[in-house]
Amino acid sequence: MLFTRQELLTHYETMVKIRKFDLEAKRAREANEILGNVHVYVGEEAIAAGVCANLERKDCIESTHRGHGHTIAKGADINAMMAELYGKATGCCHGKGGSQHIADFSVGMLGANGIVGGGYGPAVGAALAARILKTGAISVVFFGDGAANRGTFHEAANIAAAYRLPVIFVCENNTWACATPSEVGHTQSVTEISRRAIGYDMASCVVNGNDFFAVYEGMKKLAERARGGEGNRCGILECQTWRPLGHVIGDTQPYRDAREAWARMCADDCIENYERRCIAEGWLEKKDFEEIQDRVEKMIRDAKQFAVDSPYPDASELTTDLYD
Amino acid sequence: MSIKSYREATFDAMKEEMIRDGTVYAIAEDINGNGGTHGRYTGLGEAIGDPGRVIDAPISEAIIVGSAVGAAMSGLRPIVDLRFSNCIPCAMDEIVNQAAKSRYMFGGQAKVPMVIRAPDGILKMQGAHHTDCLEAWFTHVPGLQVVVPSTPAEGKGLLKTAIRNDNPVLFFEHKKLMAMTGEVPEEDYTIPFGKARVVREGRDVSVIVYGIMVSRALEAAEKLAAEGIDAEIIDLRTLSPWDREAVLASVKKTGRAVVAHEAVRQSGFGAEISATIAEEAFGALKAPVIRIGAPFVPIPMAPNLEDLCRVLPENIYEGVHRALGRQSDR
Amino acid sequence: MKVSKEQALKFYETMCLIREFETSVKHDFLNGEIPGFVHLYIGEEAVATGICAALDDTDYIESTHRGHGHCIAKGADVDRMMAEIFGKKTGLCKGKGGSMHIADFSVGMLGANGVVGGGYNLAAGAALANKMILKNDRVSVVFFGDGASNRGTFHEAANVSSAWKLPTIFVNEMNQWASTTPYETTTAVKDISDRAKGYHMPAVIADGKNVFEVYAAAVGAVERARAGEGPTFIECKTFRVEGHFVGDPELYRTREYVKENAALNDPLTWFDRTMTRKNGYIDGVIEPQELEAVRAAAKEKIVKAKEFAMSSEYPDPDQYTADLYL
Repeated sequence: MLFTRQELLTHYETMVKIRKFDLEAKRAREANEILGNVHVYVGEEAIAAGVCANLERKDCIESTHRGHGHTIAKGADINAMMAELYGKATGCCHGKGGSQHIADFSVGMLGANGIVGGGYGPAVGAALAARILKTGAISVVFFGDGAANRGTFHEAANIAAAYRLPVIFVCENNTWACATPSEVGHTQSVTEISRRAIGYDMASCVVNGNDFFAVYEGMKKLAERARGGEGNRCGILECQTWRPLGHVIGDTQPYRDAREAWARMCADDCIENYERRCIAEGWLEKKDFEEIQDRVEKMIRDAKQFAVDSPYPDASELTTDLYD
Repeated sequence: MSIKSYREATFDAMKEEMIRDGTVYAIAEDINGNGGTHGRYTGLGEAIGDPGRVIDAPISEAIIVGSAVGAAMSGLRPIVDLRFSNCIPCAMDEIVNQAAKSRYMFGGQAKVPMVIRAPDGILKMQGAHHTDCLEAWFTHVPGLQVVVPSTPAEGKGLLKTAIRNDNPVLFFEHKKLMAMTGEVPEEDYTIPFGKARVVREGRDVSVIVYGIMVSRALEAAEKLAAEGIDAEIIDLRTLSPWDREAVLASVKKTGRAVVAHEAVRQSGFGAEISATIAEEAFGALKAPVIRIGAPFVPIPMAPNLEDLCRVLPENIYEGVHRALGRQSDR
Repeated sequence: MKVSKEQALKFYETMCLIREFETSVKHDFLNGEIPGFVHLYIGEEAVATGICAALDDTDYIESTHRGHGHCIAKGADVDRMMAEIFGKKTGLCKGKGGSMHIADFSVGMLGANGVVGGGYNLAAGAALANKMILKNDRVSVVFFGDGASNRGTFHEAANVSSAWKLPTIFVNEMNQWASTTPYETTTAVKDISDRAKGYHMPAVIADGKNVFEVYAAAVGAVERARAGEGPTFIECKTFRVEGHFVGDPELYRTREYVKENAALNDPLTWFDRTMTRKNGYIDGVIEPQELEAVRAAAKEKIVKAKEFAMSSEYPDPDQYTADLYL
């Protein structure tokens, strides 16, 4: 068996935590309890969980608009995360960032990003710093199929490869760039974004993003290579998945059938896929899952309560944190 | 006249211009998927009878703007929508080095007629990457023109001028404008650049504003009028070129000036206006020019902090009182 | 690919014109007669020549810092080019552009570019305009160096050119040096054209000293582009003989290295050697005296160009605000 029982439970819990956190965020946004732009990670949990399961605390990740899942998987505190969504003083960015700028540097989560494709450069920089400081850390940058077309990808990939930096480019290919399908001939030129690795002499790997074990295995190979010695140490991990909800909460999805989009995820849900595999292999039982579901349910309830009960930042906070 | 939202009025401008002139095309992320991020292009391709001129772009701002420059130099009139003003920095070279300079440095050979539409401003808790007002940056670049419309009718007329104009134009539209309604003339009309609009005549103080701030200044003026203070409101409409004469004439009449914008106050366009007033109408001034703008911070997400960054009618009201040397009752 | 002897001589004429132009500019710059910044195309003449020979006057090119060669090959007037480099009012850009912003829109030369990698998007835009809106079969070429290949603009332009099957031709002048930095220290991949695979774009590698090979690659790419099949990547392996700019002390490489590589890659000596013997490119041979006559004529033309530039006036001071807005 690849994992111990405890590890299996932990990975499951991570995915469930993300799912429930984001369903709660969706509810709260739809109820106008929180405002602003909320992009949820529902359906893509196996990617953040499978990738981050290969990371240590010192490793850094750069995230996207859709960053809650990455933040949770990297180990951030969900109370502080939920408070951040509400813009409260107890939030991980003291209420200044919100959903789209959520970050927890204490666990190496260097921020969600409101700029599509904004994370590549900082991830390369973190890897360069890790080399100079000899920390042995690696960097991961998550990006969508839409962000794959930003020029920043090219510049970061080239330099990461040329300098032999330990950077893993994790493409969450969910086939939708906001409201635009990432189809060849439409706005995209290749079916597999990881094909671009050839142009940088970089390793690459395509996995089923709805299968935690496949993501984990793919990432493991690339992460080992990134940590280990010689040659080009960066790689592209392309996780093929599906975005079952709109781009942002409130998106009415005029560009596709919303019900079909949701149903497609339900038919290939990464969490259920995980449960099925564990049961089929005899690793875990149904009640293990139920127990975790219940526990997480409560955690999310508590997180929400924590967020609601927390105060907004003091007005004097307006000008703090700008310069050192 | 009919009542239209800003979204509809500017849609009409695009539609009419694209029908009138086959060299006009529109390109943006999601433009066909959901009518663009602000839902303002829905059905545009069909409306002009040529869906090929409404192009879905990848999330690649540099090529969106850069290709517009190339297409403009090859005889077209691109209209680019960058979703949020904060996407502009992703295409900064294309705007500042290519679009702005090509005509001049090539000795007049190039013509770069293009429009970049960039929604901006505080809506509600959208955070620092989707909210900045960056218009002042581009008034510092020779070769660019900068437009900031204030109403549906103004938006339509100015957008038409921008499209027919032969220069690169940045068109900043406050997100709050999208749903704003107002009377819009049915006939074909354009509004010249560099000609300010006196929105309200007054004798006590000149309030110089643009964009969303115009309606907020009007609101402030009503309250001031109730106190017997007669404010003149000037809508600049365009910041490059900008109507210095109109501003100076007004200030020479009233002797006092208040300048307001939602962009951060430091190095905002208000600085250019007040410096010009100081240089050229100093003798007429009865009080220092008052500048109002957002505090010098990125826009925070927390709703109470975000509120501190808004420039609202009461801020303008208060500014006028300061210009008049009085304490406001607020 | 075989061409007529006339065509071969035309190639030679263009290459010699570029060489003579650049040699004259270098001389005048070092003498202090030309101010500013000048980047020379010496050693890379076969690339511009071979590519532009496959284009019509109505096709477009986007150039680089090192743009004189492209400009000449696309058919610009050398008198007005030289005047531009001297900043005179008779220059192509009325003296406002200079060497790094030289352009001649009348022959489809949309400008040298002072921004490394600034040309891709403009070329793709011209291609978009012609294919998607104006619906004609004009093509756009963008020249770029190995240094510029690492700009993000390449990625964005390559992606849309391929996604929309735009008639954009990416011509990489792989001259081994990105300013003062050797190619391999900042790029992991050996052949830049490998990157074309990431955009589902065909790629060709051509020997940059062999004008016939470059020409053949261009003809293929142009045919494909005009047929609506999309972009092509042409990588021309060449060598930058001069420093990055005139006056560059070249502390980063040795004289011996330069001499050796210049000799190996020089398109003019290669042409002389190949054409005066039986070869696979033309029927028969070109006599040395024919080549000599072409060289002499080119030299003469450039001497006149310089005289034209020297005898021209600087722009009138009141012109400084002209050409900014329409």
